[in-house]
Amino acid sequence: MIEHLLPHGAEAWVYLAHTPLLWLTLTLVAYVVADRISIAAGRHPAVNLVVIAAAMIILALTLTGTSYETYFEGAQFIHFLLGPATVALAIPLYRHWERVRASALPILASLTVGALVGIFSAALIARALKGSDLIVASLAPKSVTSPIAMGLSEKLGGAPFLTTALVIVTGVAGAMMLSPLMRLLRIKDSAAIGMAAGVASHGIGTARAFHIDSVAGAFGGIGMGLNGAFTSLVLPILRPLLGL
Amino acid sequence: MTVALAGIFLCQLLGELICRLFALPLPGPVVGMGLLFAYLLARGGQGQKAVPKPLGAIADQLLGHLSLLFVPATVGMMRYFDILSANALLLTVTLLASTALTLAATALTFRLLTRAKS
Repeated sequence: MIEHLLPHGAEAWVYLAHTPLLWLTLTLVAYVVADRISIAAGRHPAVNLVVIAAAMIILALTLTGTSYETYFEGAQFIHFLLGPATVALAIPLYRHWERVRASALPILASLTVGALVGIFSAALIARALKGSDLIVASLAPKSVTSPIAMGLSEKLGGAPFLTTALVIVTGVAGAMMLSPLMRLLRIKDSAAIGMAAGVASHGIGTARAFHIDSVAGAFGGIGMGLNGAFTSLVLPILRPLLGL
Repeated sequence: MTVALAGIFLCQLLGELICRLFALPLPGPVVGMGLLFAYLLARGGQGQKAVPKPLGAIADQLLGHLSLLFVPATVGMMRYFDILSANALLLTVTLLASTALTLAATALTFRLLTRAKS
């Protein structure tokens, strides 16, 4: 029936499925739909934008039997913008510089405590649950941005590709827990909330912090950048303490 | 607009270059953020006005839709469903507990030291 109505249907699909345009468009459309859903839910933390958009895309790729590699040929144009967006974090940082400078002590102290809690809690809990060395090493750098985390995971004897997945889950989990947890702890200071988001769950946490306000976003960027530097310096030294 | 865009890309490029030349354990864009920040600081001016308008506009666009930029990497999780589901319980418990502890420890330390000062 379909062949009769659209004699060139198969040809058109074969062509489209291999152009970057289709997958680039799908990514943008899925994001726009997810964004509408998130707005309709009043930006409720459980309705995570990234998860909804990614789930729709994974479903579409699975149904059409499309590989991630084919998809990424289109999606890479969006992925690429992560670099310039990271550079652009300098702008909110500069806009809130007075506040940041006045908070130098809380920033450095919370970075140190937060980063160490992140590394040790992951390693200890995974050990207690009988996780292998490979799992522990892949988990230890999970709170930092993925290019740094992958390098560290490899150095510790983990699996860098597994770490990429764990970094993303950590980001999403932090973004979803951020607001409810801060309410529970009665923390209202946007600076403290943003710092926590950036230190615990890197860019995905920071993206959520920008939905709270620009101060939270600025501190998220600081937390993410500083934790990347701190963890990459400290994790190789802590290695024996993690039993690796 | 084009000048601002070129400036952002230039900072990233210089960041990548510096990281490789000095074998820094940081991603190029993070160093690029430092460079752009240093430029803004050196340029001076006060508050909102100090950031050139086009640069501010691009930054607001990019950062306002930061979630979008993580979508392709998150879709990439589909490649690891096997290894993730083989260790599902261990990984779920560890990641949820550790992330909650990290968030709480960071925010509480921040608050403690902000209060201690005032």
